[in-house]
Amino acid sequence: MNSRIIAWAIGLAALIALPFLYRDPYHLHLLVLILIWSFAYTSWSIMGRFNLVSLGHGGFMGVGAYVTALLWNHLGVSPWIGIPISMVMAGLLAVVVAYPCFRFRITGHYFVLVTLALSGIVLQVITATRDWTGGSLGYTPNRARSGQGFWALQFDDKITWYLIALGIWVVGLIIWRAVDRSMARYAMEAISEDEDAAAAAGVNVTAEKLKITLISALMTALAGAIYCQYQMFISPDTVSGIGVSLQMVFAVIVGGLYVLLGPTVGAVITILLAETLRIGFGTKAVGWDNLVYGVLLVLFIIFLPKGILGSIAERLKFRKA
Amino acid sequence: MQAFLDIFDIYLLEAVINGILLGGVLALLALGLNLIFGVIDVTWICYAELVMIGMYAMYFMVQYYGVSYFVAAPLTILLVAILGALLHYLVIAPLLTAPPINQLLATGGVLFVLQSFATVAFGIDFRNLGIRLPVLAFGDMNFSYARLLSFLAALVGMVAVYLFMTRTFTGTAIRAISQDRQIMALMGVDTKRIYLITSALGGALAGLAACLLVLQYDVHPFVGLSFGPITFLICVLGGLGNFIGGFIAAFVFAEIISLGGLFSDLEWGYVLAFAFFIVMMFIRPAGLFARRA
Repeated sequence: MNSRIIAWAIGLAALIALPFLYRDPYHLHLLVLILIWSFAYTSWSIMGRFNLVSLGHGGFMGVGAYVTALLWNHLGVSPWIGIPISMVMAGLLAVVVAYPCFRFRITGHYFVLVTLALSGIVLQVITATRDWTGGSLGYTPNRARSGQGFWALQFDDKITWYLIALGIWVVGLIIWRAVDRSMARYAMEAISEDEDAAAAAGVNVTAEKLKITLISALMTALAGAIYCQYQMFISPDTVSGIGVSLQMVFAVIVGGLYVLLGPTVGAVITILLAETLRIGFGTKAVGWDNLVYGVLLVLFIIFLPKGILGSIAERLKFRKA
Repeated sequence: MQAFLDIFDIYLLEAVINGILLGGVLALLALGLNLIFGVIDVTWICYAELVMIGMYAMYFMVQYYGVSYFVAAPLTILLVAILGALLHYLVIAPLLTAPPINQLLATGGVLFVLQSFATVAFGIDFRNLGIRLPVLAFGDMNFSYARLLSFLAALVGMVAVYLFMTRTFTGTAIRAISQDRQIMALMGVDTKRIYLITSALGGALAGLAACLLVLQYDVHPFVGLSFGPITFLICVLGGLGNFIGGFIAAFVFAEIISLGGLFSDLEWGYVLAFAFFIVMMFIRPAGLFARRA
């Protein structure tokens, strides 16, 4: 156990030191993206691993990104305040949709379809309110005046962003681990096996599920807001909608749904894949990355449902046993 | 004041009737999805994308190769039916014993594939058939022939499916399987064949919907997203696998969208429909017509 902590400490120190030793801006940019998306994927997997498959996370991400940006542009509210507000909004949305689902035992297919509709609707709302949000053309937070970058959470410097993204990513992993070690995990596993039996054993099914969903939704909204602050451009297709939701599912399943670093591995693979295709094909690549994603998703679900990291971990366990 | 009310009523009536006409096509889509779910116990997330491929097929046949609309339509239906069967054979069949969520996510992968295939192959331009059907004026109200035609064709399609399900042996077997999956195999019904036929039938319904929708809407790779989510809501509200529930829910939703669109943008109609859906879930969580256990 001790050696494990040391390995983590060394790894983390290396990650923190990295941008000071290696300054290629393009590669740093990729790393920041990977870290932000890893965080988003981790937050999806917190609920996905308990068979609570949500395709509504695109919606939560969209709320996080758009509410933060809209508050800043229209009311001048700093993202430092705007991000918590946007997270609360996403949390409210999650509760409004999830509570009836859980209270009335809407599970499996039904739950997926309801959440799928949720992310579709958030997309429609963003498109419909085009007078404020710019609709499908996308939206850009106003540039802060010089010297106010910190207040506006806007940094030109890639290293700062890298460290912010790294910090959030680590927080995500810590939350994943805390859930993994909590009583909630046992409750959730019991629920995913058999809701009635779990309820009979004294598990408050609705409350447990709602708790996990809320954690997951809040984290996803944060990921959306951070993504918006970093990229300084959001469009309904990149932060909300069914495409984003499916992309989360894809990355997590490819990486491994039941292991801590699975979503991170998924993010590395998807982003490197998308970038390679973009560089290889240039503008002709539009669509190709999703085509490859889709085919891989189907293949993985059929042949390797535990994902890359999950399968490796299983092999290792076998060898030990 | 009286004049204002008259106009308002006519617009309202027009919206109500347009809603009914829209409901026909939505009911057709819901029927296909319900059929697949009821029989195979799988939800095709990519159902609306099959429709999109069908719309492209219509577009290319009619615009590029000059095939007449009425020749192209059966070909499109056949093509999408084959796609449906392929989808089952390649993706669903290997996953029949896997957790249901995996099947659903795999069709999500197919959604990606179909969308990006359309993007790569056809580009992201909006295309339309260029057939302009006349507008039917009735009193002071205007209805497009395209909508009327779609409504009637959708009804005919649904009646045909109904007759197939009740009057033929295969249809009876399909209904029997949806009642009890295990027993039917013991009764000597080849479930694999029935699944394949059902998938093709679901595909054919998507193809028919494509032929009708292409008359009213432009085709682009993401067109599925504009009616896919609403179809899922309809199916859940009606009760997944419940044909009659889906049929009625389709009209309820179509009215909400149409009337919502009357007062504001069409997108708000969708938002309204979703809000209505959430409220309904509190009231009738297992669908509009769930039998009480």
